[in-house]
Amino acid sequence: MAIEHSDIYKIAAHHRFQWEKAQDCYVILFPEGMVKLNGSAGEVLKLVDGSTSAGEIVTKLQEQFPDVGEIEKDILAMLDFAIGKAWIEKVN
Amino acid sequence: MAQQNNGVDSNVTNKQPLWLLAEITYRCPLHCAFCYNPTDYTNHTNNELDTKGWIKVLNQARELGALQLGISGGEPLLRDDIETIVEEAHSLGYYSNLITSGVGLTEKRIDAFKKGGLDHIQLSMHDITEEISNFVTDTRTFKLKQKVAAMIKDRGYPMVLNVVIHRYNIEHIQEILEMAEKLGADYVELANTQYYGWSLLNRNQLMPTKEQVDKAEEVTNRFRDKVGNKMKVFFVVPDYFGNRPKKCMNGWGEVFMIVTADGDVLPCHSARVLPNMKFPNVKNNDLGYAWHESPAFNKYRGDAWMKEPCRTCPEKENDLGGCRCQAFLITGDAEGADPVCDKSPGRPLIVKAVEDAQNGVLKEQPIVFRTDKNSQRVIDGEEKDRLADFHALP
Repeated sequence: MAIEHSDIYKIAAHHRFQWEKAQDCYVILFPEGMVKLNGSAGEVLKLVDGSTSAGEIVTKLQEQFPDVGEIEKDILAMLDFAIGKAWIEKVN
Repeated sequence: MAQQNNGVDSNVTNKQPLWLLAEITYRCPLHCAFCYNPTDYTNHTNNELDTKGWIKVLNQARELGALQLGISGGEPLLRDDIETIVEEAHSLGYYSNLITSGVGLTEKRIDAFKKGGLDHIQLSMHDITEEISNFVTDTRTFKLKQKVAAMIKDRGYPMVLNVVIHRYNIEHIQEILEMAEKLGADYVELANTQYYGWSLLNRNQLMPTKEQVDKAEEVTNRFRDKVGNKMKVFFVVPDYFGNRPKKCMNGWGEVFMIVTADGDVLPCHSARVLPNMKFPNVKNNDLGYAWHESPAFNKYRGDAWMKEPCRTCPEKENDLGGCRCQAFLITGDAEGADPVCDKSPGRPLIVKAVEDAQNGVLKEQPIVFRTDKNSQRVIDGEEKDRLADFHALP
């Protein structure tokens, strides 16, 4: 299922997203497990807050990283991956 | 890391603990025959760390990088300071998990845990039948567990059920999974018994047949396909029935750190069975020393300690030689290959164990339940013959 720009996601129930100083990365924590996120995945999920839409996430990151071309595809792919892993869920 | 430099140096410790298991007490109202706790646990029940001690442990481990916290036992709810510990864990940013039999989980306590920021509760279940559940735990706790499961669900907690599998319940896996689904479980861990502590003592009585294990896995896979993402089902394969050992604890001193009721710091649950080891204790050492510098944590890091056949084995990265405790408990050599491996000279001992479990005479031996009295009997050497039967130990 393709992600629409108007879609809004939040970190899934029973999951927690946080910055880890000791690991120097963002992580997702859930029962019996955890995932360390790489830099770009962390930047995307940081904006998944239950109110910012997928389109707004793309715009924000384009503004933040103007030198990186064509990031929209990567951002949507990251969101899609996170949905597949059940780290995030749709709210609208 | 050590694995990347051909095993020349085993003392590279740029890693961090990710999981902290707090075995907060060895006291337990249940008497499970398969408990992995040390059989001499009564030696460790009179000098438990106090609340202040645990808060120090939580702080130090968090600083080292630990972020998953298991509050376990024994039965942790026998302590009345779990609420304080949960609050502290939450404020430090742990993802915290209470691992419980459910005994002692009242409405009042679960509300306090929720308020304090406990992230999830892992409840042990034993069978669909009251008879077997009560038998194997040597208690009347079946109905209570059902009630507690409902309470966990009601508070909006993810429901994580842990079911230890042995020959008394392995043929009920379909029904156990159906029960879990009905209870609304989000995660079900079917943990085939690993043989340490009490379960090793009762190995002949607990071990299923190979056919039962294969069937159980098949039933689990079918159920998993049916239920999909709604309920995650884990089937922990019993290593005696495979021909390669498990990568125990994901590697010695790699990601796990256990602090026991009396403050010992261990790289795995049963490490204290190993000979000639002195483990750090939080009463004398901080966790930074324990993790990075203590000889015990460095002893089996990497692969420099390995002997043949592990040392030159092309698969050594996969399992790091397996479990040190299992190697010692079965073969008497803590540095040898885990005897589960079919390249290990100790393999015939595992083959014999699987055969012994089918031996009618041995199976008929009474189960030694985990009780204070039996623990004392083990300490006094009264169960020595039984262990000597299937150990190469002197």
